[in-house]
This record gives sequence, structure tokens and C-alpha cells, in this order.
Amino acid sequence: MTETVERTGGPAIGRPIRRKEDARLLTGRTNWTDNIQLPGTLYMSLLRCPMAHAKIINIDTSAALAAEGVVAVYTGKDFPELPGSTCVWPVTDEIVMSHFPAICLDEVKFGGDVVAVVLATEKYLSVDALDLIDVDYEPLPAVVDMEDALKPGSPLVHSDKGTNECYVAKMPCGDYEAATVKADRVVKRRFINQRLIPSPMEPRAVVAAPMGMSDEITIWTSTQIPHVLRVLLALLTGIPENNLRVVAPDVGGGFGAKLQINREEVLAVVLAQKLGRPIKWTETRSEHMVGTHHGRDQIQDIEMAVMNDGTLVGMKVDLLADMGAYLQIITPGTPLLGMFMYSGIYKMEALDFTCTGVYTTKTPTDAYRGAGRPEATYAIERIMDEVAFELGIEPLELRKKNWIKHEEFPYTQIAGLTYDTGNYEAATARALELFGYDELRAEQAERRAAGGPVQLGIGISTFTEMCGLAPSRTLGALKYVAGGWEHCTIRALPTGKIELITGTSPHGQGHETAWSQIASDIIGVPVEDIEVVHGDTGRAPYGMDTYGSRSLAVGGQAIKLAGERLVEKARIIAAHQLEVSPDDVEFAHGTYSVKGDPEKSTTIQAIAFEAFTAHNLPDGVEPTLSGESTVDPMDFSYPHGTHLAAMEVDTETGQVTLRKYVCVDDCGVQINPLIVEGQVHGGLAQGIAQALFEGALYDAEGNLLTGNMGDYLLPSAVDLPSFITDRTVTPSTTHPLGTKGIGEAGAIASTPAIINGVVDAIRHLGVNDVFMPASPQNVWRAIQTAQNGGAA
Amino acid sequence: MIPGAFDYVKPETVEEAVAALAEAGDDAKVLGGGQSLLPVLRLRLNHPTVLVDVSRVDEMRQVTDEGSSLLIGAAVTTYEVMHHEGIRAGVPLLSMAAGEVADPAIRHRGTFGGSCAHADPAGDLPTIARVLDAEFVIAGASGRRTVSAADFFLDFFTTAVGLDEVLVAVRVPKLGAGWGFDYQKFHRTAQAWAIVGVAAAVKVDGGTITEARVALTNMGAGPIRAASVEAALTGGAATADAIAAAAASAADGTSPTTDTHADAEFRKHLARVLTKRAVSTAAGL
Ligand SMILES: Cc1cc2nc3c(=O)[nH]c(=O)nc-3n(C[C@H](O)[C@H](O)[C@H](O)COP(=O)(O)OP(=O)(O)OC[C@H]3O[C@@H](n4cnc5c(N)ncnc54)[C@H](O)[C@@H]3O)c2cc1C
Repeated sequence: MTETVERTGGPAIGRPIRRKEDARLLTGRTNWTDNIQLPGTLYMSLLRCPMAHAKIINIDTSAALAAEGVVAVYTGKDFPELPGSTCVWPVTDEIVMSHFPAICLDEVKFGGDVVAVVLATEKYLSVDALDLIDVDYEPLPAVVDMEDALKPGSPLVHSDKGTNECYVAKMPCGDYEAATVKADRVVKRRFINQRLIPSPMEPRAVVAAPMGMSDEITIWTSTQIPHVLRVLLALLTGIPENNLRVVAPDVGGGFGAKLQINREEVLAVVLAQKLGRPIKWTETRSEHMVGTHHGRDQIQDIEMAVMNDGTLVGMKVDLLADMGAYLQIITPGTPLLGMFMYSGIYKMEALDFTCTGVYTTKTPTDAYRGAGRPEATYAIERIMDEVAFELGIEPLELRKKNWIKHEEFPYTQIAGLTYDTGNYEAATARALELFGYDELRAEQAERRAAGGPVQLGIGISTFTEMCGLAPSRTLGALKYVAGGWEHCTIRALPTGKIELITGTSPHGQGHETAWSQIASDIIGVPVEDIEVVHGDTGRAPYGMDTYGSRSLAVGGQAIKLAGERLVEKARIIAAHQLEVSPDDVEFAHGTYSVKGDPEKSTTIQAIAFEAFTAHNLPDGVEPTLSGESTVDPMDFSYPHGTHLAAMEVDTETGQVTLRKYVCVDDCGVQINPLIVEGQVHGGLAQGIAQALFEGALYDAEGNLLTGNMGDYLLPSAVDLPSFITDRTVTPSTTHPLGTKGIGEAGAIASTPAIINGVVDAIRHLGVNDVFMPASPQNVWRAIQTAQNGGAA
Repeated sequence: MIPGAFDYVKPETVEEAVAALAEAGDDAKVLGGGQSLLPVLRLRLNHPTVLVDVSRVDEMRQVTDEGSSLLIGAAVTTYEVMHHEGIRAGVPLLSMAAGEVADPAIRHRGTFGGSCAHADPAGDLPTIARVLDAEFVIAGASGRRTVSAADFFLDFFTTAVGLDEVLVAVRVPKLGAGWGFDYQKFHRTAQAWAIVGVAAAVKVDGGTITEARVALTNMGAGPIRAASVEAALTGGAATADAIAAAAASAADGTSPTTDTHADAEFRKHLARVLTKRAVSTAAGL
């Protein structure tokens, strides 16, 4: 049940209202793409190659074509030019781009690449026919290891390009060489940010159908980006954009995996147009593991130049980033989304950043919750612990010594970003209090002295991140092809109900509730009278969709402005009705009243009806009541926080247990603290899962070894403790509502907190790193290696 | 994924089930709870033409107390094994291990017999059957036979149950007075299979271990008895040092697999550590 927010009971913003959408979601009254049933549908299934790299010698589709229910079978020869995806972010002038075919023509480049497509009248028959297609492959050498891939003589992923190096991006800030000269010492580490498989609960799915009454094709697809997708589908298929309508119905999670244009979507649209029938495809979990883009996958060589007193002088970041076999929507840009974040919350004189993108014969990588910023946060927060260890300084003290003090904001950091606000002291103080830091440190010392098998470690992560990617001008300067604006239209319907049309596209974030809360305060109607319309280029034509914690950070600004414009238009009509000048009309809680004569009043609902009948409008005022805004924000959004983890490590078995997790986040003003809480919990689970459970593994031939959930481990609720969370509130000064993004914070901050805690528990055994995930075997082996001499 | 097409029959007696298998020939499969078989079918690793669902065969859903043993029907679910009062009282080690299997949803469907017949080397219940010297009652066209645990588990996913046979029930001896036991399951997430598991049961008399049984999960092609550990423990002191010394040979002669969770070397190490812990707990230390 949705709690009612009284119109007169104070602001809706800030209330922990239960989500409007949940009753529907929890009782199964949802409209997932796979639930959409259209008459005459053909079911699409895809034959995926079973090896990483091979030439296609021959494909025999005759038996499949003859099979029951099969209407068509296509191979690359039928669509030799058709791209299956595209990259909108060529990050350097010299970047080596790649063509991602909708169906492979003569070569497959990763396990799961598509070689044939079956259309059949039934879903099961479609899959049965895949077994009847005979493909002759001539295996080619796989390219698995990034460092090997860059060596001369390595086999090539794209033989026509002559190299596996996709790009080298550099961003030198300050003079790192000078920093090393000035510094007392340079601490160097190599960190591995492993490959992850996003795994939203709802796999991808698409239905594309010609709508009959026009040339329109409607595409229902489980996507985060209906608006961007519409543009890209038009560009890739040649179908005029005005003939494409993209609908994102209920979408069961995305985490970046649905921030994409996929070959299945391209094929569904093209085949729907070609055959004039609805085409439907739903991903299986096994397909998801290989066929939907992966995340992370970086080798990070990090150097920190420091003074002996702990003062940071300069940092060097040298990344190898695995692109996989092809570039998809923002594959090359994803590691660079972290470029500005390597200095974290700390002051330093130099930051020398280099990233080399590398092609391998693996599933393409792309955005995954946090996209670039988790990698950066991992590097800086891990190296801070290593510096603390090398200098013999308590890790929290090292952080305090170097972080930006609250009175120093706004602060322009070494990479050139200006953090508008922050209060690292306050968040840290609260976190320490909730955690019982000193008691746990004492227990750690006791356990170490006693020498038992289970040791205790404390992991710290004092992070910040940049989200709400904008302004558009900045994105353009970074060679990103699209903008960073967002749109909102608020319509007062004749009956006084409100339609809030947003360009953001929620897939679990609770926008329907949160956006209603914002609009409720601005236009003074109850939350339950506001219907949020989203995820449909037909009903919500303008938008840049949902990713990068941008929806509130950017879209929230448009809601506010659209609401204010509506209120202003209604004020003019109200003044006319009340026979006073607009300046003499006050507006509060949905009611316009005459200053000094509050008995003379009218409501916004009444004005909506007046605007509809248009019987008595002032001269020059057009009928209908709505407000509209497209906002290009001033700056990014910089949430921050302090995360603390108490980790127990069984040194005999390597088993790691997360005993206690405390986080205090600062996302500025909270529209709905309950939703914030949900975002934090989910983010923590994902970030902790990277640290402890998840990891895509390939063998030397490039076969994915973790192709199911028995091998690719995701935690469930029982594998995680109850999180202890709180917030400090330092309002953003660049966002008119004072809010900052919170969608990715948990995932960004928690991974280094966990690994710092694991390493801290076994540091006395000589360990200074543990490969992620910190599985029992990885932890045990780190201890063994350290005990036998070299550090892990 | 989506399985290939198959026929489905649901017999009500063991004899009907056996007849259905005989009629279908080599391509038939018995369906228990389906928690292992359906994933196999969905991944298209097997293409049976007929599934013979034994989940409603009444005889196979019974638990009978035979005095010194329990006869547990093959179609009794893992959930029932965990909670059935007679099983909890008679063979508590089995109930304890059942609680370690997968998650509640899977335990409600998966069966004791299916788990044994499937014979995944990482399965928990086969190890308990092995450590308790259970007997397996198998029915075929020529009647019924009984096979000991030592002869039941033949290889990876292979048991003494023939293609045309049904596992009807498992006879599990009770340990009786004076025994202590433990099952140490080592895994990464709560619902995951064992990387290694160790079941131990020891009888302690006046500080001496008079009888010892130890069986290992996922240390070879099937559940293995750690004979050298048992021999080293028997007649020895029930002390931490003696147990640790005995446990050191737990991995001797084993050939565990290497997979994404652990390699063979780490599994051997775990077998030693977990044996020490399981025996210590069983001995009341
Ligand atoms: C996610 C997941 C996690 C799991 N984790 C664990 C775990 O931690 N530990 C564990 O032990 N198990 C685990 N399992 C397996 C689970 O316990 C299975 O239920 C069990 O192994 C098989 O039992 P079933 O009744 O489902 O058999 P089915 O899947 O129905 O059958 C399995 C095999 O046994 C045969 N069979 C079944 N019954 C008979 C019979 N009466 N006679 C002859 N043949 C028969 C079938 O033909 C088939 O070959 C897990 C399963 C899943 C899906």
C-alpha cells in the first residue's frame, strides 16, 4: 500500500513513501517484454558459435529450414552489411574502430558470437531448429590475455587492423615526473579489476512489430535507453526514425547491461519489417552469460608518490582495459569515465593517466554499474591502504591528512573537476561511531596476538564519484556523440490529474514515486494524483534515458523547472479568474489565493479545467495547462561517503566472512530516503559481490568457464549481513533541489572496502593483495605465496 | 534454456515405473524432483524421449523404522529428510547434511533417491549414505536387489542403478549410542554445492576413539571413505593433536577435480583441514 501524503502535511520531498510501483510489481501485474503476446508472432533464436575465434567455412541450414514450424533461417550472407551494434564514443582520433556484424559473415570473434538466426512459429520449435544447423569452423588462435595481445606477433582479433591495440588515451595533469623527484618514495602496485557479468534479474528481450496502420514499427525491448536506441536503430537499419517507436515496458534491472544497442534488437526490427510480422526474442540465462556485454576487466598499474609524513604528491595510473572483440555503445569510453576520479577525495599535485584499450576474443565489455568510477575508486582506495602500510601510518589518518577539508569546497581537484560540496569529516565521524572502529581495532590486535586461525581486518573506503553525466558541452569535448540533457513535461489534465512525462527510463529505481514527490511539492497535488509516463518514445518523446546515476541528478532539474512553468502559467489564468493581477496571487499547496484576501482562491485543478474549456482565459494565453523543460545541467554530481567493513578471514581455509558493514553516504537532499536506502543496499550487494564472489573466467582457448550460475557466483540475501547505513546531508550547490546521484555509490565504494579489510586481516602474514574475487582459494594462495617468500 | 521434446508418464507403483522404463527402452529417464535432471535437459546435455516421474509412487515416499535402520523412500524430498522426526531421531547426521543442500526451494523438490541416483561427486547426501554404510534397494524387470553403498557409487554420475531400473529406497543404519558426528560442508555461497565436504562419525569411550568413519565429498568420482584416517583414529586418543595427525592423511590417494572454485591442490588441503574439524566436532572437542 502506498502511504498517503497529505497535501497540507508538509513537503512530499524527504518522506520515505513506499514505492507506488511495488504493489504492481509484487503481485505480478507487470508487463515484461516476454509477457507481450501478439498474433502471428515469429520466435527468433540465435545460433551462437561455441569457440572464441574461427573462420566460418560453410553453414548448412537446409535441415533447419525443413524443420517443423520454421519460417526462415538467415546467415551473415543474407545481411552482409548490417551492423548489430555501434560505438558512439570514439575516444581518440586514432582509435581503431571495429564493425560488429548483426550476423557474422565469415569469422566469429568471441564465444557466443552469432552465426545464424532462426524464425519459427513457436518458441520451442525455433530452438529445436538450431540443433539442425551445421556449421564448419576453422579454428583461429584465441586472443585472451591483454598483455600477450599487445606483444608483437600476437594473433589478431581483427586481422585487417594489424594490431590489437584499440586506443591509447592520455591525460597528464600536473607534472608527475617532478612529483616523483620531490617525493620521499613511490609506492607501486598492480591491481586487477576482474571481468564481471551484469546479470539483471530479467534477461534481455525484444518484440518488434509492424503496426499496420502506418509504416511504424513498434519495438518493445528490455532496455535502459529507449530514446537513444531509437536514434541508433534508425541509423543502423536505415529505417526512418519517425517510423520507429521504442517502448521500454517494465524492465527488471539493467546495471548497464541494458544501456546498449544489441544485435538482437537490430535483427528483430529488420526482420519484422522484412516479413511484416511480429518478431520476438527472449534471452536465456546461458545466452546472457556470453551474449550480453560484460563489465570491468582492467589491469591497473598504480604508483603513488608520497612524502614520508604521508602527504600525497602525485599519482600515476596506467591501465590496460579489455574491450572484448568489438566496440559497442560506449565500450572504449567506459574505462575513461573513471579518468577524472583516480585522485578520489584527495589533494595532490599531479595525476598522470594513461589507458590502453585492447581487443581480445571475448564478449565485448561496456558499462556496468558505476562504469569506470568503481575501477578508479578501487585503485585509489586500495593504494591508500598500501601507502599507509608502507609508511606505517594508520590508514584512516593517512586519508584525513590528504582529503579535501569541508571548508575548502568548492574545490578544483587535480583532474580539473570542481567538487561543489562535501563533508568527508562528517560522514567519516558518523561511520566510525556506527562501526565501533576503536573496539574492532582492539579486537583485531587481540586476535593477532592470540594467533588463532580466524583473523580480523578492517577495510576503509572514503570515496567520491562523479555522476549525472553532463553538461552536453563537456561530453562533446570528450568526443561522446550524444548530449547530457534531460526533459520533462508536466500536463495538468482537465480532471485535475497530472501526467508527468519524463525522458528518464526507470528499470527498478522507483522514478514513478520519486518524481511524483518532487512534482507534488511544486504543483501542490497529491502524490497519488500524479502519473509518471516514461520509457516510450511515443508517449514520452524527448529524453536521454537512465544510466550513470543521472535520472534525478539531471532529470530532477527538468521536473522542477517544468513544474514551476506550469504553476506560472496557471497563476496567470488564476489571476484572471480572481480578477487581480498575477503579482497579487499567492500559490501554496495547489491553491492560488489573493494576497491579503485568502478567501478569494481557486485550485490548480480548477485552473486545469478552465484551461481545457478555454471559455474564460486571459487574452494571449493559449488553452491547455502544461509546463515543459529540457535542462542541460551546470555540472556533474559528486556524492561521497565513508564505508567500513569488518572482515574475518579463516587463514586455514581462506574463507572470508563479512561480519559488519557500515556506510554513511552523502547524496545531498534525499527525495525519498526509502528509495535511497534501496539503492544503497543493492549497490553494496553488487560491489561486495565483485570483491568476494563474481568473476568471469576464460580458459587459454578463450572459452568462458563461468557460463552458468553454478560457476559464476552471485550472492543471495543469506550471504550478506544486515548493512548498517546512514546518511549525512550536504546539499549540492549545482542542483536546484540540492540532490546528488545515489544509484551507483554502493557499488563504487564497497569493493575496495572489502578487499582492504581482507588484506588488513592477513597483512601480518606478509600479504599485500588478494585477487578478486577473494574466494577461499585466492585468499589461501595469497597467504601461501606470502609465506613462501614473495608477496602475492 | 529450452529442453528438447519428450514424453512424460507418471506411474503410481514401482512396477508400473519399471514397466514404463522397459517399454521406452534406452532413451527413458527416471524423473525424481527434477532439480538435477531438468537443468541437464535445458542445457541439452541429454535428450531422453520419455521421462518416468516417480514422485507420486506411494511406496517411494515412505519412511519406515526397521529398528536398527530406517528405510527411506527414494522420492522422499530433501526437505523431508531435514525435518522428518524419525530421521532426525534415527540418523541425525543425514538430517543435518540435508539442511546443507542447496536452498529451500530446491530442497522442497529434490529427493534423497534422486540425489543418490544422480551421483554428483559434489552431492552431500551420497557422502552421508557412504559414511553410514547405507544399502540401496533397486527394482528392475527381474525383481528387486540390494546394493551396498560401497558398490553403489561407481563413477562420476554413475551408479549401480541400470537404465531400466528404479531406485526404490535407501536403508540407512542408525549409529546408536556413544557416537558423535559432524558434516563439514565448504562452499562459497549458501546455496552452492560443496567444494569439499567431510562427514565424520566417531565412537568415543573413555577418551579413546573406538570406531571411526570418515567420508569425503567431491574428492574424486564419488563419495570416498578416508580409510587411512579411519585407521589412524581408531584406538587412538580423542585429542586435538591425535586427530590433527590422523587428518593429515585425509587427501591421500584422492584425485579431486580442478574447476572454477578450486584446484586439486586446494581441495586436498581443504580435505585435511575439514577432516580435522569434522572429527574434532564429532569427538566432542
Ligand atoms: C542450484 C542447485 C544447487 C544444488 N545444490 C546442491 C547441494 O549443495 N548439494 C547437493 O547434494 N545437491 C545439490 N543440488 C542437487 C539437488 O539436491 C538435486 O535435487 C539432487 O541432486 C537430485 O535430486 P532430484 O530428485 O531432483 O533428481 P532428478 O533431477 O529428478 O534426477 C537426477 C538423476 O537421478 C535419476 N533419478 C532420480 N530419481 C531416481 C530414482 N528413484 N531411481 C533411479 N534414478 C533416479 C534421474 O534419472 C536423473 O538422472 C542442487 C541443485 C540445484 C539446482
